[in-house]
Amino acid sequence: MKRKASISSNVFNIVNYTIMIILALSCIYPLWYTFCLSVSDKAATGAGLVTIWPIGWNLRSYTEILKDMAFFNSFWISVQRVVLGSAFTLVVSIMLGYALSRDRASFRARNLLMWLLVFCMLFNGGTIPWYTTMRNYGMVDSIWGLVLCGSLPVFNVILMMNFFRNLPKEIEEAAVIDGAGPWRTLVSIVVPCSKPVIATIALFVSVGYWNEFFQGLVLSTTEKYYPLQTYIKQLVVNIPQGVSLSREELIRLTQLSNRGLNASKVFITMIPMLVIYPFLQRYFIAGIMLGSVKE
Amino acid sequence: MTANLKADIAAPPKAHKSRVKKELPYYLMASPGVIWLILFSVVPMGGVLMAFQDYIPTKGVLGSPWIGWENFTYLFTMRESMRVIENTVIIAGAKIILNLLVPLAFAILLNEITHVRFKSVVQTVVYLPHFLSWVILASIVINIFGYDGIVNKFFGFFGREPQLFMSEPGMFRQMLVATDVWKEFGYNAVIFLAALAGINPTLYEAAKIDGAGRWRSIWHVTLPGLTATIVLLAALALGNVLNAGFDQVFNLYNPMVYSTGDVIDTWVYRMGLFKLQYSLATTAGLFKSVISFALISVSYLLARRFADYTIF
Repeated sequence: MKRKASISSNVFNIVNYTIMIILALSCIYPLWYTFCLSVSDKAATGAGLVTIWPIGWNLRSYTEILKDMAFFNSFWISVQRVVLGSAFTLVVSIMLGYALSRDRASFRARNLLMWLLVFCMLFNGGTIPWYTTMRNYGMVDSIWGLVLCGSLPVFNVILMMNFFRNLPKEIEEAAVIDGAGPWRTLVSIVVPCSKPVIATIALFVSVGYWNEFFQGLVLSTTEKYYPLQTYIKQLVVNIPQGVSLSREELIRLTQLSNRGLNASKVFITMIPMLVIYPFLQRYFIAGIMLGSVKE
Repeated sequence: MTANLKADIAAPPKAHKSRVKKELPYYLMASPGVIWLILFSVVPMGGVLMAFQDYIPTKGVLGSPWIGWENFTYLFTMRESMRVIENTVIIAGAKIILNLLVPLAFAILLNEITHVRFKSVVQTVVYLPHFLSWVILASIVINIFGYDGIVNKFFGFFGREPQLFMSEPGMFRQMLVATDVWKEFGYNAVIFLAALAGINPTLYEAAKIDGAGRWRSIWHVTLPGLTATIVLLAALALGNVLNAGFDQVFNLYNPMVYSTGDVIDTWVYRMGLFKLQYSLATTAGLFKSVISFALISVSYLLARRFADYTIF
């Protein structure tokens, strides 16, 4: 009886570990594959021979990138976008989050603003009205368009507000007694006490800006203004929109593209995420929990 | 509150002025965010009027002729747009269901693993894809499932003809759902894993003493411990019924799979920004926004009612 139980338990364990290993590999393989393509010989990648190991190891793709000004230009636009956008979003969200964390007695507009925020979070006018408005603002082909056009990330402000509300009241009261006004309390008491939540949101926001695709696609018209994701997209697009191709033409098109070089660009685009995410996953987990379960 | 009260008692005639002065810093703090929101979220909402017009770009919203509900009637009688709505609901619906069930199963299985180091490595690895954009992942998916990609090589061993997975209308939706679930299951499992960590271990011991095996304790202890989380996530997912994921579809599709893979967002994008049918595209977008708004509102009410979930 006991023996039987342990056999079935062993079988379960073996199957379970196998499933986990397969899933983990499935999440790593795409990166590994991209890396292999980027360091393989051009002939081998073109013929589709590379699958799980680099063939004809060389770094030619990467030296070719060094000459590619368009790639660097887009990379730089994305870096600017992340830095400017995250800084701006954070400062604005902290201030708004703090104001909204006051009760109605000390900030009478609070509930009205709260409804405005929630309404804007749940409803939007759709792509086209948004686009025509942004065009009227002159946000096309401008770094400010890439930073501002996503509008205020309301959900982050609400996370921030909830966190500020749950800070112990005593700390703030002590500051008020010491003569600190709202600005002083925010800067020297509330912000230092909220470093974990600010770090979490800073990460959400910067990953968001780095990966953002749609606005970059719609708001940049020439290569000079492409953020990195848009740049990568136009490399990968090899099927013209609105044209029907035969099966043979499609196959030929995929074989024509310079896979090794594209793969090296894709790989470089992934690197910032690969570098930061393992270190900051605990912050992300804290962030998810912040948004999901509230007592 | 008490401070205000004291101020009122001490100086009744000046009370109002001092209150405004006290609140002023909060108005100043709130203003940049509120202005940002008004300019970039509220003002564009005015553009939905285009849905009730025959919009002419040179004349603007104020000068274009009004045509009432004509755009809506046209939209809902057009074969193409009905197909697009149908595709959206099918793709989004399948994603909602599987993005709930697969992470749930994964979390339960991962929770059964006792080797701590192995567990944390797996967990770290599986939510990597969540942090990569669809532009990046689509370029990789297209390669892997491409004509000479590893999947076709693998099937080649068994003598199967190479398939064009991403250009086959009969397969495209499945590819979309599968790759989306693959991208998100690790991340979506985080919340289940957190709920699992909160289950009282003595319950498992009690189940064991009562003679429950692994499956029975999963069924009688683990699943009931997760019910609240499952209900909450299911309710909140309701708002996504018309959201098939623009980034993913746009980066993976091509004209050969429009029949099964074209969704509202991609159709609006092509209609509006390429064919310059502003009014029609706005109408479709407004349809999506209104339905989504209603569904999200309902889902928040449900979440509040059944899971004590409040966002603020």
